[in-house]
Amino acid sequence: MALSRLSLRSNNPFLKPTATSLPPSTRRHVSTDTTPITIETAAPFTSHQCDAPSRSVSTSSAEILSFFRDMARMRRMEIAADSLYKAKMIRGFCHLYDGQEALAVGMEAAITRRDAIITSYRDHCTFLGRGGELVDAFSELMGRKRGCSDGKGGSMHFYKKDASFYGGHGIVGAQIPLGCGLAFAQKYSKEENVTFVLYGDGAANQGQLFEALNIAALWDLPAILVCENNHYGMGTATWRSAKSPAYFKRGDYVPGLKVDGMDVLAVKQACKFAKEHALKNGPIILEMDTYRYHGHSMSDPGSTYRTRDEVSGVRQVRDPIERVRKLLLSHDIATEKELKDMEKEVRKEVDDAVAQAKECPTPEASELFTNMYVKDCGVESFGADRKELKVTLP
Amino acid sequence: MSAIIHGAGAATALTTFNSKKLVAPCRTNLPARSKRCIVVAGSDDASKSFGSSSVLSVRRPQKLIANAVATKTDTSATTGHELLLFEALQEGLEEEMDRDPHVCVMGEDVGHYGGSYKVTKGLADKFGDLRVLDTPICENAFTGMGIGAAMTGLRPVIEGMNMGFLLLAFNQISNNCGMLHYTSGGQFTIPVVIRGPGGVGRQLGAEHSQRLESYFQSIPGIQMVACSTPYNAKGLMKAAIRSENPVILFEHVLLYNLKEKIPDDDYICNLEEAEMVRPGEHITILTYSRMRYHVMQAAKTLVNKGYDPEVIDIRSLKPFDLYTIGNSVKKTHRVLIVEECMRTGGIGASLTAAINENFHDYLDAPVMCLSSQDVPTPYAGTLEEWTVVQPAQIVTAVEQLCQ
Repeated sequence: MALSRLSLRSNNPFLKPTATSLPPSTRRHVSTDTTPITIETAAPFTSHQCDAPSRSVSTSSAEILSFFRDMARMRRMEIAADSLYKAKMIRGFCHLYDGQEALAVGMEAAITRRDAIITSYRDHCTFLGRGGELVDAFSELMGRKRGCSDGKGGSMHFYKKDASFYGGHGIVGAQIPLGCGLAFAQKYSKEENVTFVLYGDGAANQGQLFEALNIAALWDLPAILVCENNHYGMGTATWRSAKSPAYFKRGDYVPGLKVDGMDVLAVKQACKFAKEHALKNGPIILEMDTYRYHGHSMSDPGSTYRTRDEVSGVRQVRDPIERVRKLLLSHDIATEKELKDMEKEVRKEVDDAVAQAKECPTPEASELFTNMYVKDCGVESFGADRKELKVTLP
Repeated sequence: MSAIIHGAGAATALTTFNSKKLVAPCRTNLPARSKRCIVVAGSDDASKSFGSSSVLSVRRPQKLIANAVATKTDTSATTGHELLLFEALQEGLEEEMDRDPHVCVMGEDVGHYGGSYKVTKGLADKFGDLRVLDTPICENAFTGMGIGAAMTGLRPVIEGMNMGFLLLAFNQISNNCGMLHYTSGGQFTIPVVIRGPGGVGRQLGAEHSQRLESYFQSIPGIQMVACSTPYNAKGLMKAAIRSENPVILFEHVLLYNLKEKIPDDDYICNLEEAEMVRPGEHITILTYSRMRYHVMQAAKTLVNKGYDPEVIDIRSLKPFDLYTIGNSVKKTHRVLIVEECMRTGGIGASLTAAINENFHDYLDAPVMCLSSQDVPTPYAGTLEEWTVVQPAQIVTAVEQLCQ
């Protein structure tokens, strides 16, 4: 998927100037090189009740470059959302994903658009990863009609049905049974697809997780439960909320894998492994060790329960985009300047999308009542004086 | 496959009620009219029927009847087959499962055990374990699962062994089931049916005698219906399964053994429509589920005393069929609501508000609402009887209203 997208992008006008401005002595057609290369993940996998996958990840220059671009776009989008929120153009809750981009991008690299993803409220980047447009995302955040949910959902309710992205849920943990339902439907229809059910370290203490795990394991549902462990459930650190912070082991009879969630290649490898496992053996838990730079949401400064040194420390040592940048530079896939140019393009892309979204109209007043019910069987009966008794069965 | 829709009398309500003409294929009215004369004359023959069903108790009218008992129906002109209410539900479910492979059932003990009230008996053998799923005891999780499956296009029928257990799944029902169609901008439809028995049974205790319709009624995005006869049970079950909206179908523990003759052909009942049980002139009595039978019993007494109550089984608890109700109010100008729901915040409370808002000018007397007492249902039989509305209370209320 990432490869085909990149080959498309190699035709786009933004990249062409960059490529042609390079001196001919330096390498490549960086954007179209798809020969497989193997890279080792930085940290090993820890497994529970299963064999860990190998640390050697097969990828390609094109793919790694696409990782960089996608993550840069996600990072820029979240930062733009931050400013929009402070400018009061986005209201309510706004949960930002910056720092965790590797998860969304690595997962997409391992799966298809027929595999389903369902996540919690920190869904902007997952939506983007599933092929969502920046304009749709910003419009939804600002409550415009152009938004992916017609402006009626908001930050926590991004959905993209044609890309099997099932949202976008505000209640902590409630998406887990839904995700098992998606997996059940996949098994029922005998499709060879899986469902990735994402939840956080805070939601890992919800009873419904264990109920759903039991059901998924009992019926061998192709569900992959991914715990995005960013170490803080809003303001509560994991050591204060969980007796056993080894979330990948909590499945007990369900195998688990602990993955460095800031390493996009490790995420890709783990998701690929998990998909194969789930199709054969039923559910598996992936614990992604990741970190969020912002607070829980925009109303949380993020500094009352952790030190600024901790945040900047993680940013220096483990930042996913920096990692990929180092990889690209060390493997000679791109130059410093090219990457900076790419970031500039991405920034412009995001700014253009924001400007476009700001121009979009808000929903009409009549939209208040649309999509409450589906008009059904031709029956319309409502209100005291409007009723038609014509019923036609399908 | 062609099917017949049986309108529940709204078409007839439009015309003058002396008319014997039928505007739409309407099953319920004609038999009632011909029998009405016999009833007015004072016959208390228990086997005669009011309206479309007959579930009168065989006991003396004056004695306090705390439960409805099935009796043999009379033979009406239509051909059909006789069955009990739970069999009607099963038949509806089976026909829909035959018709559409996306329909599946999930709940506790619905498969191999056959369902705690035998509604799903035999289905697991016929359709297999994947379509009739025995779930572990985790209402929150399996309700959520059903909703998640519905997002992809399956049509699960989720059974709560007792409606009261669905309180554990309230988050899923309210937030996901009701809201997803709206918050996704119409991308996902949730064609689930959530069903189960509720209501006050025979000394089942407080936790197993709950009426959840009052808790669910404010959830935007769902539809609620309550069945009361084998005929409308099958019709509503089928309509609910075919509906693209989430529907909560309320059954009653004590009504499962009602017997009635239902048509052989394929029919559904309109989900948003009320059923005219007994047309009348003096007062409109609105009721649903088991209280319908208490009302009909009281109606016998009332008719003997010279009153002519119009009894409407509202069936659709959300949205209310204000059209049928409105036409009735415009005719009789007096309304009595008899329900088993709690007094505070119950269906009757909402219905009273809706009628007052919409039909205030047509009312000659304030809307009176008889509901269950605001207490947890006690175990002791006598106390339990007094928790719910009894026919004698209905008679008194009508007399009071019609002064």
